[in-house]
Amino acid sequence: MAADVAGARRTPWVLLSPSLATISLLLIVPMLFIVVYSFWLRTATGADQVGFYLDNWIEVLGDRFYRDILFQTFLIAFYTTVICALVGYIPAYFVANTRMKSKAFLLLLLMLPFWISYIIRTMSWINILGTSGALNTLLISMGIIDDPIQMLYNQQTVVLGLVHYLLPFMILNVYVSLDGIDKNLTEAAQSLGCTGFQAFREVTLPLSLPGLAAGSLLCFVLAAGTYITPIVLGGPRDAMFANLVFEAIVTQLNWPLGSALSLVLLALLGALVVIYTRYLGIDQIAKSFK
Amino acid sequence: MDDTKRYERLLTRFRDGDISRRTFLTALGAAGVTAGITGGPMGMLARKAMAATPEQVRFDGWGGVVSEAFEKYAFAPYTKKTGIDVVSGTFGGADEYIARVKASQPGEFNLAHLSGVFDYARYHGLELTSELNEANIPNLANVIPTLVEPLRKITGGTISAVPYDYGTTGIAYNRKYISDDEAKAKGAKLMVDEAYKGKIGGWGEWKTRIWYGALQSDQDPNNIKDIDAVWDMIRSHRDLALKYWSSGAELMSLLAEEEIYVTEGWSGRIKALQDQGHDIGYLDPAGGLGWQECLFVLRGSPMAACEELLNFMLEPEVAIAVAEGQSYPPALDPQKIDLGEIIPTLPAFDPSGTLSSLSFFDPAYWNENEADWSKTFSRVQRGY
Repeated sequence: MAADVAGARRTPWVLLSPSLATISLLLIVPMLFIVVYSFWLRTATGADQVGFYLDNWIEVLGDRFYRDILFQTFLIAFYTTVICALVGYIPAYFVANTRMKSKAFLLLLLMLPFWISYIIRTMSWINILGTSGALNTLLISMGIIDDPIQMLYNQQTVVLGLVHYLLPFMILNVYVSLDGIDKNLTEAAQSLGCTGFQAFREVTLPLSLPGLAAGSLLCFVLAAGTYITPIVLGGPRDAMFANLVFEAIVTQLNWPLGSALSLVLLALLGALVVIYTRYLGIDQIAKSFK
Repeated sequence: MDDTKRYERLLTRFRDGDISRRTFLTALGAAGVTAGITGGPMGMLARKAMAATPEQVRFDGWGGVVSEAFEKYAFAPYTKKTGIDVVSGTFGGADEYIARVKASQPGEFNLAHLSGVFDYARYHGLELTSELNEANIPNLANVIPTLVEPLRKITGGTISAVPYDYGTTGIAYNRKYISDDEAKAKGAKLMVDEAYKGKIGGWGEWKTRIWYGALQSDQDPNNIKDIDAVWDMIRSHRDLALKYWSSGAELMSLLAEEEIYVTEGWSGRIKALQDQGHDIGYLDPAGGLGWQECLFVLRGSPMAACEELLNFMLEPEVAIAVAEGQSYPPALDPQKIDLGEIIPTLPAFDPSGTLSSLSFFDPAYWNENEADWSKTFSRVQRGY
């Protein structure tokens, strides 16, 4: 009897062990090495000086430059998230409430962008917004403008590229939340005298907030960690924190400093996830992937 | 204790019966997986590794027409003659490649088509250079001596690479908006001319930005006296520029689409644009920037096999085909080798073979300042 109980207790761990081993080897162990690296130093030749030095951490935490870029990164991520929430809610609402038979097809359309490389999708904006791109050509041919408008390579195009990349994540999360709402609730509200808009404001919107929050968390974290979009669509000054990590590690060959920078970003975004989990629960995000 | 000794000791313990077969294999597997997956700090435990097998050597380059030319004219006949396969890989940039090599074990990467001389010195600083036996590379005698000497100087008389081609980073401008006379009169200062605000580009690489900042502030790039004046020029350029490009394809696209009218450019890429019919002018200003590319053999590589491959790649037929493919003159001395009809028409080509009209990065000077300047540029670029 006791052996059966012990066996039953062991079974979940046995089943989990391949996943735990994989996560440990591919995530936790490399992460620990990054922590170790952050206490090393880069020598003048580019080689690493092994030891325990706090120089990188003092520089990263004490230098205003990194704080400013971090602030700019979070600001861009915030703008992106807000736009994704505003723009993404409507199609999610439509898909969740449509009586069309092709609902599955609409969901498939939402997934379509994931079939094309993120870099290709980002670069496509050059052909749309460029001086000789589709939009300028259209405006000139319609006689609205005489000369092309310079639309590319600024912070707005960086946000645009990020919205393009992240919108499906927002829509899917909001859709899952809306789809789970009992339709009888809105009908009950309307039978008690609410208008359609009041029923939406008092019932549907509050009940869909967990999905909106989950989508916002995903969009914010992914936007804050990107570095391709500013490279492709940004101007000389437009950089995000991940670009500094890339430069430290690849251009300057300063892996210790790059490690410290990446850990700072990881810690801040991790803290955001912890706060979200504390108040809303991480299971909401998992639902959208089911 | 290096890995080889560690494994030998492990094997001895197994043979002596001190550890079981299961323990031996587990320890061996764990060490392999750990070193393979993690690199980094674990690399301290694994400074020595197996060189590439003699059955194959790995070559990394820029891809595209260059790799195709190498494959057709060098790798295939080399494999046919020696039976050694050439495993060909590509990289997007010199910085990316050195980061990959730094994370690897010696012998994992063998040959690469790299930028010299600055990067050659970086590899030497990271103790990644090898020592070529020049007697095994008779075609080295045909290479322009001016290109070999800087390499020899860095590695104390020996070489770890053979020069392969050269080019310049000059000023490219759209003739529809900027005349040849204006470009010639303004030189490097054309790129800080407010008249072209929003239509100026530049390579977002710290060395090039500082080199041109030095020219724009009337200083010798290899002996900068007032670095603050250089940073001011870089700030001026940054504020006038629309975009810092990061690849040759992006450079060509920005010029061809008329997003920008003026930028620095790589001579071969500008030639390619001109060949496509774009009316793009190209000027090497006074003190213009020359550079060479080399075929580099990394430490831990099978040297005899690599030296034989280098000799194949330096055959005039191969070097000329590659040069025509990428529009950069080969490192072969035109005083010794007939380079055909196309090579002399390429930008930056020097028929004298002395390259006396070009200025190159002084590797000692630039490497000494690399850590400080590359970090400062990152800040200046972002508005500081």
